[in-house]
Amino acid sequence: MERAAALDDPRPVLSALIEAGYRVIAPVEQDGAIRYLPAVDPDSLPKGRIDSQTPGSYRLEDGDPERWFDYVVSPESWKAWLYPARRKMWTSTRSEDGLSFERPEAEWTPTAFFGVRPCDLAAIEKQDAILKDGAFADPDYAHRRENALIVVIQCARSAETCFCASMNTGPRAQAGFDIALTELGAEADHRFLVEAGSEAGARVLEGLTEDATEADKDAAHAATNAAAASQIRVMPENVAAGLKARLTAPEWDDVAKRCLNCANCTMACPTCFCSDVQDTSDLTGDLTDRWRVWDSCFNPDFSYIHGGAVRTSSMSRYRQWMTHKLSSWHDQFGASGCVGCGRCIAWCPVGIDIVAEAETLMAQPED
Amino acid sequence: MRDSAEPHTAIADPMLPIAMRVSEAWRELDDVVSLRLVTKDGAPFAFAPGQFNMLYAFGVGEAAISISGDPARTGELLHTIRDVGAVSGALTRLKAGDEVGVRGPFGSSWPVDSEHDRHLLFVAGGLGLAPLRPAIYRALATRHRFASITLIMGARSPRDLLYPYQLAGWTASHALRLNITVDHAGPEWTGSVGVVTTEFARALAGIDPAKVSAYLCGPEIMMRFGAMGLADMGVSTERMWLSMERSMKCAIGLCGHCQFGPDFVCKDGPVFRHDEIARRLTLKEI
Ligand SMILES: Cc1cc2nc3c(=O)[nH]c(=O)nc-3n(C[C@H](O)[C@H](O)[C@H](O)COP(=O)(O)OP(=O)(O)OC[C@H]3O[C@@H](n4cnc5c(N)ncnc54)[C@H](O)[C@@H]3O)c2cc1C
Ligand code: SF4
Ligand code: SF4
Ligand code: FES
Repeated sequence: MERAAALDDPRPVLSALIEAGYRVIAPVEQDGAIRYLPAVDPDSLPKGRIDSQTPGSYRLEDGDPERWFDYVVSPESWKAWLYPARRKMWTSTRSEDGLSFERPEAEWTPTAFFGVRPCDLAAIEKQDAILKDGAFADPDYAHRRENALIVVIQCARSAETCFCASMNTGPRAQAGFDIALTELGAEADHRFLVEAGSEAGARVLEGLTEDATEADKDAAHAATNAAAASQIRVMPENVAAGLKARLTAPEWDDVAKRCLNCANCTMACPTCFCSDVQDTSDLTGDLTDRWRVWDSCFNPDFSYIHGGAVRTSSMSRYRQWMTHKLSSWHDQFGASGCVGCGRCIAWCPVGIDIVAEAETLMAQPED
Repeated sequence: MRDSAEPHTAIADPMLPIAMRVSEAWRELDDVVSLRLVTKDGAPFAFAPGQFNMLYAFGVGEAAISISGDPARTGELLHTIRDVGAVSGALTRLKAGDEVGVRGPFGSSWPVDSEHDRHLLFVAGGLGLAPLRPAIYRALATRHRFASITLIMGARSPRDLLYPYQLAGWTASHALRLNITVDHAGPEWTGSVGVVTTEFARALAGIDPAKVSAYLCGPEIMMRFGAMGLADMGVSTERMWLSMERSMKCAIGLCGHCQFGPDFVCKDGPVFRHDEIARRLTLKEI
């Protein structure tokens, strides 16, 4: 466990993972964005690229050609792998013996997630609390999670939309990873600190021989501290109690007028977990499959019960999303539902900023 | 919210339905059918009053349906279903011998045993008697432990009264005191006309409101005004429970659909103590 190595290049870590038998999912540039896809080739890492993320905008640009990890979170989060957007839950067959129900076989192979940012690790832990560690677990999620090796890349740079420092989720992950990389220095000093966070991680790193120095570790802290200091967005500290005391503030209508109810924020958010079910039948009508599919509280039908939806107004749906993220998640799972990754800000087509909205609401009188 | 209701029994795989057989199906009202379900291997199905199952109509879908039978009779499950749409409609068309998928039992329950020596007041609106009936059975089974048992029943019209044969039996045997009120009735109706709150004064005559434990189930607006009315008469808001309805897909706290402020109605409810949700009941579109 107490294993820390230094490297000039991150690719040996990828190669070591592949050699250890893991399927590796890693950042790849595709369609103008970073995506997390199966890495067939260590050279496919988007070296030298940087992301510009601002409200309503995401652009990949050329950055320092020598640096590997200056871009931060991708539009898609790791939930696409751990909790896929569409997944078969069971199959039911009707025969002379009546009905029977069967789960599909577990089909997940040991997989390394290479390039998990600290906020995204925190998001995975939040989904764990719901989908794996609660009174009822989703067995498919639990199976995937137990077979996932997490390689964190600590953030030496923050995007303009990042506010993990104020959510206490980054830019440095303290624990919960199997391996963590920090990109250090420039030019002659450019190197990587590679730390093991678990026995499984240490085993992968066995072949890496150059030990890290105390100076490397200090440099790693300095790098992530600098990223934290650069963040301009800061979530108000008492937002959980504050929103609960302002559920009828007229400002909810103001943000609702701008919100398109497109659900982009919930799809991009790494902690949003809501799902719907769909049933499909084969042509004989004697076989049906039940699917779990991602859903969003912005969907007008989300709260539908006989007689009509509970949340018919756009105001009430925005309020549900934001109060769930920032307030009622604390009641439900003992922590915020937001990790400060900024995706919902960048991927909102009209640039609604959850931090700015929280600040506006907190400035209103209590109900 | 989490400690006011009794916990449910353990479930082997809460996501995967088990097949149960319809042993009997009968019509209660024009659009309401009751089903008696039995397990295929004869295993008992234990539940607590107020809990619900997810019933799956093959090829159509699932719906949350309360268990409406006697919790002492673990060899069968009773469900009472109103045909309001695709799934409920398919469930009401099931016949004896058909099979249905069942997941459950889920959710919190009506606390009955803990309320000994008190006056139990059940307030049912329409189909709300179905989820309350297991609690009434439980109370009647240990009748001597309670100071009194009263049921106030509200329905749209006399012909919309659920389980009329049972209401008649309960009053005939003096098992409980029954107050019925309807929204509309023809001249042949000699009982009360009006909303359930108009019956409170009569039902509570001579009863110390501080000794009342009330259980409300029906449309949300009826429960909201009912609880307010009882609180105005001096019934403690910590001694009133009501059962909430929200959209439900998973019933186990994973799909997010049933959120009601900080609570998941499927696992923190559906039975809530009134004081824990009183503020939310006054907010629109929560
Ligand atoms: C705890 C609990 C206990 C209940 N107990 C009982 C009971 O004992 N008896 C009883 O009769 N009922 C009961 N209900 C209500 C019952 O679950 C609903 O009436 C039932 O789900 C209706 O399903 P349906 O498909 O027949 O009706 P619909 O109204 O057609 O559909 C309801 C569901 O289908 C989907 N749906 C259909 N149309 C739309 C649309 N336009 N937009 C979006 N979604 C749509 C939604 O997912 C919705 O949840 C209970 C509900 C809860 C939560
Ligand atoms: S709410 Fe926005 S900033 Fe917070 S975790 Fe979700 S996407 Fe990231
Ligand atoms: S309720 Fe809305 S904000 Fe909360 S998890 Fe579901 S989709 Fe996300
Ligand atoms: S019904 Fe899915 S969370 Fe409650």
